[in-house]
Amino acid sequence: MSLPAFAALLERLVFTPGRLAKLALLRDWYATQPDPDRGVGLAALTGELVFTAAKPSLIRDMVAARTDPVLLALSHDYVGDFAETVALIWPGRARGAEGINTPAPGLAEVVEALELTPKPALPELIAGWLDAVDATSRLALIKLITGGLRVGISGRLARVALAEWAGKPVEEIEEVWHGVAPPYLALFRWLEGQAGRPDPREAPVFRPLMLAHPLEDADLAALDPAQWRAEWKWDGIRVQLTAGPGGRRLWSRGGEDVSGAFPEIVEAMDFHAVLDGELLVIRDGVVAPFADLQQRLNRKVVTPKMQRDFPVGVRLYDLLFETTEDLRPLPFDARRARLEEWAARHAPARMDLSPQIAFASVAQLGEIREGARAASIEGLMLKRGDSAYVAGRVKGLWWKWKRAPLSIDAVLMYAQRGHGKRSSFYSDYTFGLWRPDGQGGEELVPVGKAYSGYTDAELGWLDRWIRNHTTGRFGPVREVEKELVLEVIFDAAQLSTRHKSGVALRFPRIARIRTDKPASEADRLENLMSYVAAARPAEG
Amino acid sequence: MTHPENWLRVTPQGLCCTPAGIFIDPTRAVERAVITHGHGDHARPGHDAVLATAETLAVMRARLGEGAGRRQQALAYGEELRLGEVTLRLVPAGHVLGSAQVVLEYQGARAVVSGDYKRQPDPTCAPFEPVPCDLFVTEATFALPVFRHPPPAQEIGRLLKSVALFPERTHVIGCYALGKAQRLIALLRQAGWAAPIWLHGALIPLCRLYQELGVELGELRPATAATKAALRGAIVLAPPSAIADRWARRLEDPVVCMASGWMRVRQRAKQGGVELPLVISDHADWDDLLRTVAEVGAPDVWVTHGRDDALVHALGQRGVRARALHLVGLGDEEEADAA
Repeated sequence: MSLPAFAALLERLVFTPGRLAKLALLRDWYATQPDPDRGVGLAALTGELVFTAAKPSLIRDMVAARTDPVLLALSHDYVGDFAETVALIWPGRARGAEGINTPAPGLAEVVEALELTPKPALPELIAGWLDAVDATSRLALIKLITGGLRVGISGRLARVALAEWAGKPVEEIEEVWHGVAPPYLALFRWLEGQAGRPDPREAPVFRPLMLAHPLEDADLAALDPAQWRAEWKWDGIRVQLTAGPGGRRLWSRGGEDVSGAFPEIVEAMDFHAVLDGELLVIRDGVVAPFADLQQRLNRKVVTPKMQRDFPVGVRLYDLLFETTEDLRPLPFDARRARLEEWAARHAPARMDLSPQIAFASVAQLGEIREGARAASIEGLMLKRGDSAYVAGRVKGLWWKWKRAPLSIDAVLMYAQRGHGKRSSFYSDYTFGLWRPDGQGGEELVPVGKAYSGYTDAELGWLDRWIRNHTTGRFGPVREVEKELVLEVIFDAAQLSTRHKSGVALRFPRIARIRTDKPASEADRLENLMSYVAAARPAEG
Repeated sequence: MTHPENWLRVTPQGLCCTPAGIFIDPTRAVERAVITHGHGDHARPGHDAVLATAETLAVMRARLGEGAGRRQQALAYGEELRLGEVTLRLVPAGHVLGSAQVVLEYQGARAVVSGDYKRQPDPTCAPFEPVPCDLFVTEATFALPVFRHPPPAQEIGRLLKSVALFPERTHVIGCYALGKAQRLIALLRQAGWAAPIWLHGALIPLCRLYQELGVELGELRPATAATKAALRGAIVLAPPSAIADRWARRLEDPVVCMASGWMRVRQRAKQGGVELPLVISDHADWDDLLRTVAEVGAPDVWVTHGRDDALVHALGQRGVRARALHLVGLGDEEEADAA
């Protein structure tokens, strides 16, 4: 009966906004489902298993043969989603007969049959399953076999749930994850204490990353320049490069395999090592703003034009393995020396080293940080010279010291309700700045959206203010009187053709509610544009 | 035989049986009204004389006060009443407590006005009885083949499984004040949920009325007076308008649920910010609409409100003369209830 159980899980995940609740649902799945179905389900959720056996047109033909065309059209109009329409309208068995004939198929049974069944026999096989289950299971089955599951469960979330369920650190699971395959029998045996840890051998696996803490004033005061090393904090995405006889992989910060989106990087990885670095769009040695890199993210295939227009490279800052030698226990200074040697020897294409920045005092370091205005630099990274490479966010070894944020005074224009715990609060704010309206007057143009930065008390105040100053409602969105000024802080401003204002903000959040300031005195769009102009490109 | 189309007419006030001088569920105040059940879109205020079951009259008095009708006459299920040459009786419709179909006989012909109805079992009201007739007047709220309601016990099972999985959270279920709330409570009791069930203030009067009328609902408590800690792991019922808004902030990390036939469609559930949709409806689903029309055997069917296009089409294929009445004012019981 695991297809209905899987369908029930999917249904809950689709409607559950909260991360904690999603984790609880996943833990329950691992704890209650038999092998191999639980592993198959896990792989389906995280996108490790993708089917293309059945095209949507096959399902369309099957349902058309079983329903009245007028009723099907009316139903599709009403429901919107075609797979859902099919799941609901499928005639199934006569009422009262459910459970008498064939039982619902198991998940692993479905997967195996899809792989083994020749194409002409597929419609009959699928129809038999659809007949045997209820609407919820039919929807899960159709989405599964047409490859449209999309429940938004990241591999990382699934592994955190595994760790919580098994009572093991998630890093231990991360290290073997890419060495095991669906239905993960060896993994589950280990997590249930029935066998040892699976050995990934030569398979390219993800090593959990070392992360940094934000630097507070007190930490800064205690900093001894002699013990610390500084680098720029680049505004790209953190990646791990793993290459060797077992294969090549480019991993994201959360351990997702992003090799497919960056073939030119993978091609350049003709070495046997594990490296840590920042993926950036780099043109002639100059790092482009994050918005350029965004063009390359979340793509399954990448065109030659994309590769030409947005050329990527990796700025390396750590060496974790050289051939099979694990360098992670070595101090940072020793690893850095090995990295420099290694880079000089291999000189891989599309890669360079993140330079170290010399400084003699904390005051000097502060000046360096404030002096860096390039949009591609977020601030500084501080690494203790004697620190081993340890997984996770261990305090006192690595600091990130972001540049002071930029700020504007903007006018609240629209508000939208949040999700989960915030579903009763208007917690997402669209704000705008003044610009000439072309007829001698002024108009507000939206420049961004923020949903963090405020305290609980401020959220309550804003929620009340919005309800009392609403001028229009569009579904979950309220338009408000253009009266309230918000001080918005953000890390960078970048030109954007996708925004009406022509500018996009990096990580905007609410710093203060400016009830003291009339809306007419809020900032103008040109004030924001001056930040864009001030951001010089960074030299590599 | 005089065909019912000669003596049952659609007027601006609603359906009118002309030889009896009565209107059925009129949308405006009339002299003599027959009311099928107490939902706001069927039982409107201000009629001079009102005929209904004793339970429906009690509901109307509770909701409308003085607007429930100057003269009220109770008629038990099955009891016959002569109105001139017309014979009238009320037959259970299975929709909510006191809900009735109106059976009219005149000059050898019989018409049944079914009001709203369902065929699923409901512990809080008498089950629908099919009455063979020449003209059947039906609703079509869920008249699309995508609406096939699962057994309610299965949905309650999903709810209780969620309560077990999230014992620290409060499950708050949006439901209509009349019928759905009491049916949910009774279904929970049938499933073995013996703990107190907590109610939003708007649901309390009708739950009390059901209890006075002999429906067992177990221990009910006002949610408004409870602390967050007391509501941890509890089930709370509230009107749909309250579940995802400010009222729900008093609850501990609520799991927002909604009990309605509309929850069958994901987009409807998503729009309302619902985390656990429960497909529990007090209306007949597609299969039951077709089954009912077949059972009463009427050659003519009139459709009052809902998805009449699909139902008229499907009945036409089955050789039934079906016609959409497009009665205005019906089918907005949610809005009427929220008022």
